[in-house]
Amino acid sequence: MSETQATAVDYNYKVVRQFTVMTVIWGIVGMAVGVLIAAQLYWPALNFDVPWLTYSRIRPLHTNAVIFAFGGCALFATSYYVVQRTCQAKLFGGWLIPFTFWGWQLVILSAAITLPLGISTAKEYAELEWPIDILIALVWVSYGIVFFGTIIKRQTSHIYVANWFYGAFIITVAVLHIVNSMAIPVSLWKSYSIYPGAVDAMVQWWYGHNAVGFFLTAGFLGMMYYFVPKQAGRPVYSYRLSIIHFWALVSIYIWAGPHHLHYTALPDWTQSLGMVMSLILFAPSWGGMINGIMTLSGAWHKLRHDPVLRFLIVSLSFYGMSTFEGPMMSIKTVNALSHYTDWTVGHVHSGALGWVAMVSIGAMYHLIPVLFGHKRMYSTQLINTHFWLATIGVVLYIVAMWIAGVMQGLMWSAVNADGTLTYSFVEALEATKPYYLVRFIGGVFFVAGMLLMAYNMFKTIFAPKGTLDDVHEEPEMAAQPA
Amino acid sequence: MSYGDFQGIITLVLMVIFIGIVLWAYSSRRKKAFEEAANLVFADEQTEQKQTNKKREPGTHD
Repeated sequence: MSETQATAVDYNYKVVRQFTVMTVIWGIVGMAVGVLIAAQLYWPALNFDVPWLTYSRIRPLHTNAVIFAFGGCALFATSYYVVQRTCQAKLFGGWLIPFTFWGWQLVILSAAITLPLGISTAKEYAELEWPIDILIALVWVSYGIVFFGTIIKRQTSHIYVANWFYGAFIITVAVLHIVNSMAIPVSLWKSYSIYPGAVDAMVQWWYGHNAVGFFLTAGFLGMMYYFVPKQAGRPVYSYRLSIIHFWALVSIYIWAGPHHLHYTALPDWTQSLGMVMSLILFAPSWGGMINGIMTLSGAWHKLRHDPVLRFLIVSLSFYGMSTFEGPMMSIKTVNALSHYTDWTVGHVHSGALGWVAMVSIGAMYHLIPVLFGHKRMYSTQLINTHFWLATIGVVLYIVAMWIAGVMQGLMWSAVNADGTLTYSFVEALEATKPYYLVRFIGGVFFVAGMLLMAYNMFKTIFAPKGTLDDVHEEPEMAAQPA
Repeated sequence: MSYGDFQGIITLVLMVIFIGIVLWAYSSRRKKAFEEAANLVFADEQTEQKQTNKKREPGTHD
């Protein structure tokens, strides 16, 4: 405030710092629970005969923790940072800003308590019961007010494309959450959906797939459109393509949900519509991926020295891979093989670990030094080690699940000449067992990387001022702004 | 109007909107504005130095 430059904006970094630190912490918690349930599938005794530790109760705890606690905190942190920096305006909203942080942490804590107790709506990714749903809705509307309020008071004439993606994510998630959570409470911790039968299933997967499309994709694309150009030191490959990318992605994603309900009671035409829209979705997905990766065109050598950039670019490769795999799996004939197998689980994790987690990790490594007044992270070598742990972990995980999934699909559908099943379910399960061990090892690698990240983060935060000022990057990097 | 006609019209309208967005995004009239927008990522760098200086005074804590 005391400084004379009128142009310097006093950004609100406090809330960004809070969400950034919690991103890393919830990442470790959520992924560690994931490793535990992966271990339970290999060593079933690991539920210790305790009801709170059974797979069925802590699997939703894992998914909620990684998506909404880890992913959610990463989205809050980066969107609050990006919207301020690209609009050159301080966050709008007064007390609503800390409310979004503390409210969201309360949602996460409530989930961590209620899910192991077995309190659940049984709707995937929307398991939380109605009192928590109401709190989520309040936090989310506040988030919208803070975000769009900041956009309205911007000093710049354009709204940068990252903010379009963040904005679409905030609005759509509000709509999805409120519509899918419509329920009639019968007690404090039990409610029933207002939708009947197949309609309920369709609403659930309209929500579920758009949780993927808007929470896990649009939001993280917003992150990509800021942090990739920033870390690469050059503007995005094609701003025009980013506009087409945005409108095509948001208008097509919303239709793809029925592919989760192939060969169910859902009307056949709805299944086919979901399949066709999922296939079309391939185009905008790859348009966006190419736009991100090509931002590095002419500067590929930066990948050799900058592990943060490597996280960001490899996350885009995984994004490209899983958005090719997704449309393919939505084809009904392919789905006949893949549905209900571990192939689906592998697909989800190539997106969730390879794309969502890695782009977030890259963004966090960029953010932490800036937020805490340093020029770089405590150890670049540790970032590099983290990068390889994460990459090896994801590859072990998805390759194991691919093999397991295709094998399960083939074994389940094999029939003898007389029409009886060739294999019993247990035989398929037994054949899967070694792959569950490989998947568990992959998960351990990924969590180990996150632990290194936490160490590196706290060493950076508590480093004395001025000790992390020597930048080891190539000199041209600093000398080449805009 | 049959349901099939209705679907056809919707498809046509959506196609026209999409082509419209593409033409708008790639029109030479918009080129300069989009270049400016693309560089917004770096617009904060002039103020960044002052920002980090300022942040140092109160120490690490919030």
